[in-house]
Amino acid sequence: MSDPLIQIRGLHKYFGRHRVLRGIDLDIPAGQTLILLGPNGAGKTTLLRILSTLSRPTQGQVQVAGVNTSANPEGIRQYLGMVSHAPLLYDDLSAAENLEFYARLYGLQDPGHRVQELLKQVELYHRRKDLVRTFSRGMTQRLAIARALLHNPPILLLDEPDTGLDPQAAELMTDLLRDIGGRERTIVMTTHHLDRGFALADQVAILAGGKLVLNIPASQISAPELRPLYDRLVNQQRRKA
Amino acid sequence: MKRYFQVVWAVLWKDVRIEWRTKDMFTSMAVFAVLALLIFNFAFELRVPDKRMVVPGVLWVAVAFSGVLGLGRAFINEKDKGSLAGLLLAPVDRSAIYLGKMLANFLFILVVEAFILPLITVFFNVAIISLPLLLILFLGTLGFSAVGTVFSALAVNTRAREVLLPVLLFPVLLPVLLAGIRATIGFLEGETLVDNLNWLRMIGFFDILFLVVAFLTFDYVVEE
Repeated sequence: MSDPLIQIRGLHKYFGRHRVLRGIDLDIPAGQTLILLGPNGAGKTTLLRILSTLSRPTQGQVQVAGVNTSANPEGIRQYLGMVSHAPLLYDDLSAAENLEFYARLYGLQDPGHRVQELLKQVELYHRRKDLVRTFSRGMTQRLAIARALLHNPPILLLDEPDTGLDPQAAELMTDLLRDIGGRERTIVMTTHHLDRGFALADQVAILAGGKLVLNIPASQISAPELRPLYDRLVNQQRRKA
Repeated sequence: MKRYFQVVWAVLWKDVRIEWRTKDMFTSMAVFAVLALLIFNFAFELRVPDKRMVVPGVLWVAVAFSGVLGLGRAFINEKDKGSLAGLLLAPVDRSAIYLGKMLANFLFILVVEAFILPLITVFFNVAIISLPLLLILFLGTLGFSAVGTVFSALAVNTRAREVLLPVLLFPVLLPVLLAGIRATIGFLEGETLVDNLNWLRMIGFFDILFLVVAFLTFDYVVEE
């Protein structure tokens, strides 16, 4: 078996005296979609922020493509695209201006062409000149996905991208994520929507109380089995804490 | 290196474009500066025989306090709307982001200064605008923006961020403010640039010091 694209070993994270992550070990192979489930406060966002180099681990190592994220965060960021529940966009810039700005930050050679292509892909080309503040939540999140894909990163980190979306918009986003996934892109996605997440997953992990309590291939479990297993593992961890 | 300055320019242009549309920062800074000038004007009206005695202090206090309002907004807007993470995710040396934000703040404060200088002339009836004064204001504002941008990024992650910024900033900025006031007094009394070279050197020294420290520390300041 080939080396995993993302390798996490003995990861701990403290905020002051509060321990958020407790000894996480996790391998994510290239081209796989990992769905990270867990209740609020489980440490999902912290884990993604460490993977994205926005935060440093207190202890342990994270390697992306064999490179330690703490040793070369600037280089690692070229491999990463991130979408979070906050869209990371500017309300007072238009859709095209937002993407053009980020395209310059990522040093794209032909930003205009790439921006146009992505706006068409997320079905926002007709609104390209409108300010983001006039967009619905669903449109904003689609634009956020376009922003994350600008530099065509091999790894996509999605932190509850479906938060605040109505079912129709969430369905649209799931379809979009399925389209942009494929075998050549590795996706790590946190979500509270078990069914929606499971539909995309190659690998399912559950984080509870800062610990990884489950990490299995999605093929080893069915969607109806996931909910009771999730409830049992999260409650077990709660009782231990 | 070309890529580095492309990022600096992108961040600067983005801030200018947003400010041009919203006028958030300029409005709050300019209104505050005008109010400060009005209050000083009334306060000194009866007791001060020669207004030239107080104008240097009034000028630098108005610049410092209105500037701190603008600096405060620089990262609060980014943080509250979540776009700060977007900036920090870019695969660039984060000092380029610092430099872009710093230059934007520098520019906004210069614009406010251009707005308040004629007002001081009118309110206090003192011909204050001169090339040496513009030079000292330029250098003082550079130091102010250099250190203020770092402290703004530092304060944005704290609960008392609006209060913390001036509390952190003004003690550090004191040498620049004092040198600026002393040089302005000299210019108003008819001294030349050469007479005030020591004050200029002092501001220049602190500008360089602030910039170097800011470049070295910004990455740590914005990281969790």
